[in-house]
Amino acid sequence: MASKKINHVYIKDAFSLAGPVEKDGSIKDYDIVIDDYYYRTKTFEQAEIKMQKVVIDNILHRHHLVHSDIDLLVSGDLSNQISVSSYTASNYPFPFLGVYSACASFVESLIVASEMMESKKKANVLCVTSSHNLSAEKQFRFPIEYGSPKPNTTTFTATGAVSVLLTKEVSNIRIEGYTIGSVVDLGCKDASHMGAVMAPAVAKVLMNHLLDFQRNVDDYDLILTGDLGCVGSKILNEYVRRTYGIKMKNHLDAGCNLYLKSQEETYAGASGPVALPLYLFNKVLKQKKWKKILIIGCGSLHNPFFVNQKLSIPSIAHAVSLEVNL
Amino acid sequence: MNKDEYQKLVEEYTPKEKKLKNAVLAFFVGGAIGFIGEVIVTILQTSFGLEVKDAYVWLCILMIFVASALTAFGFFDNWVSKCKAGLFLPTTGFAHSVTSAALDYRKDGFITGLGSNVFKLAGSVILYGMIGGFLFGILGVIFHG
Repeated sequence: MASKKINHVYIKDAFSLAGPVEKDGSIKDYDIVIDDYYYRTKTFEQAEIKMQKVVIDNILHRHHLVHSDIDLLVSGDLSNQISVSSYTASNYPFPFLGVYSACASFVESLIVASEMMESKKKANVLCVTSSHNLSAEKQFRFPIEYGSPKPNTTTFTATGAVSVLLTKEVSNIRIEGYTIGSVVDLGCKDASHMGAVMAPAVAKVLMNHLLDFQRNVDDYDLILTGDLGCVGSKILNEYVRRTYGIKMKNHLDAGCNLYLKSQEETYAGASGPVALPLYLFNKVLKQKKWKKILIIGCGSLHNPFFVNQKLSIPSIAHAVSLEVNL
Repeated sequence: MNKDEYQKLVEEYTPKEKKLKNAVLAFFVGGAIGFIGEVIVTILQTSFGLEVKDAYVWLCILMIFVASALTAFGFFDNWVSKCKAGLFLPTTGFAHSVTSAALDYRKDGFITGLGSNVFKLAGSVILYGMIGGFLFGILGVIFHG
């Protein structure tokens, strides 16, 4: 039940907006880039709402869709009570489902949407994800201007928003199947080392996926994880090798590759739910190199209260396999 | 793999912090600020004719003003992350923590935002500073009368 094949759900298009640090990173051709963390609003939270609205309006405009053409909006973000998504949704008449699994929210939204669309004849569903470096920092860590020295394992929350249009019409990217992950806790307590927190959850959903679909890791041309970061990626590879005896040669991490090595302020790489779709739609799919892609979004399910109470951090990962027609 | 084995794996693959380099850097940056402070105190004494005690009060005010202004202009946090703990001197670090919290929460209202969060980081310093002062005060009375 946790794994299922999907036959007729396609990703028609995606629209990406990237922030000031991301535009100087490894990807140069986002649809929109912003220079200002306030995005001409009064607060960072309102800026993130505006970012989500802009990506929704643009994807509708690009495909000449009106509000009544959209059957469902599934979105998630990092703010408390996923308020950014809810406030965005209040601007539209679409039926709305909010999802949260931290940085795995994007993949969760794809799973929810494709499951609901599978049995329908015609449907247009929008999946939206965003994160904002400064509103996330403020919520999860210290005040923004507080420059405490950070360890090398810290990841940098990416700023951006991505809207994805799922349809029943055949397109080049098909959602082929999904596996819902379980919550894993291997005792990590360090909120500034989220790669280590999430790696076992990624390994578990990967193994469950391969088992349920009776596949090998080499059946995929690319396994793209969300935001393990550069340190977390190494830990994942070693963990999978030691625990399951599998060597992952086709693995890339979006977080580790979103920025350039010269961007020292990003430490171990990008995090945030938007890191995976930004890299997937603006780099991986544009390169047209890989046909069978398994995307695994991973999220560290902590909040500052539980971290302060010295509890270890649980994590989750979900997988969706894509078939790309090159 | 159980939790202990996993923690070992994580430790093995976590890059080590350059502790010695950070400590040396912090030592020199902190020392340099202390040196600047002493220079300012000397100037205040010789050129402005202030008593030693007053000169230190003025220095303190000056340090707080400069650190807060640099935080507001967005420089201080970058410098702290480069200079490591060197800029965490009681006065500048304290001013920086209060100003950064004030900047963050000013949009959330004067009472519910700024007022209740301004000492988010510095609150511990104030509280335990006062308790410490109280305890040492008592000890002082007991041993020195």
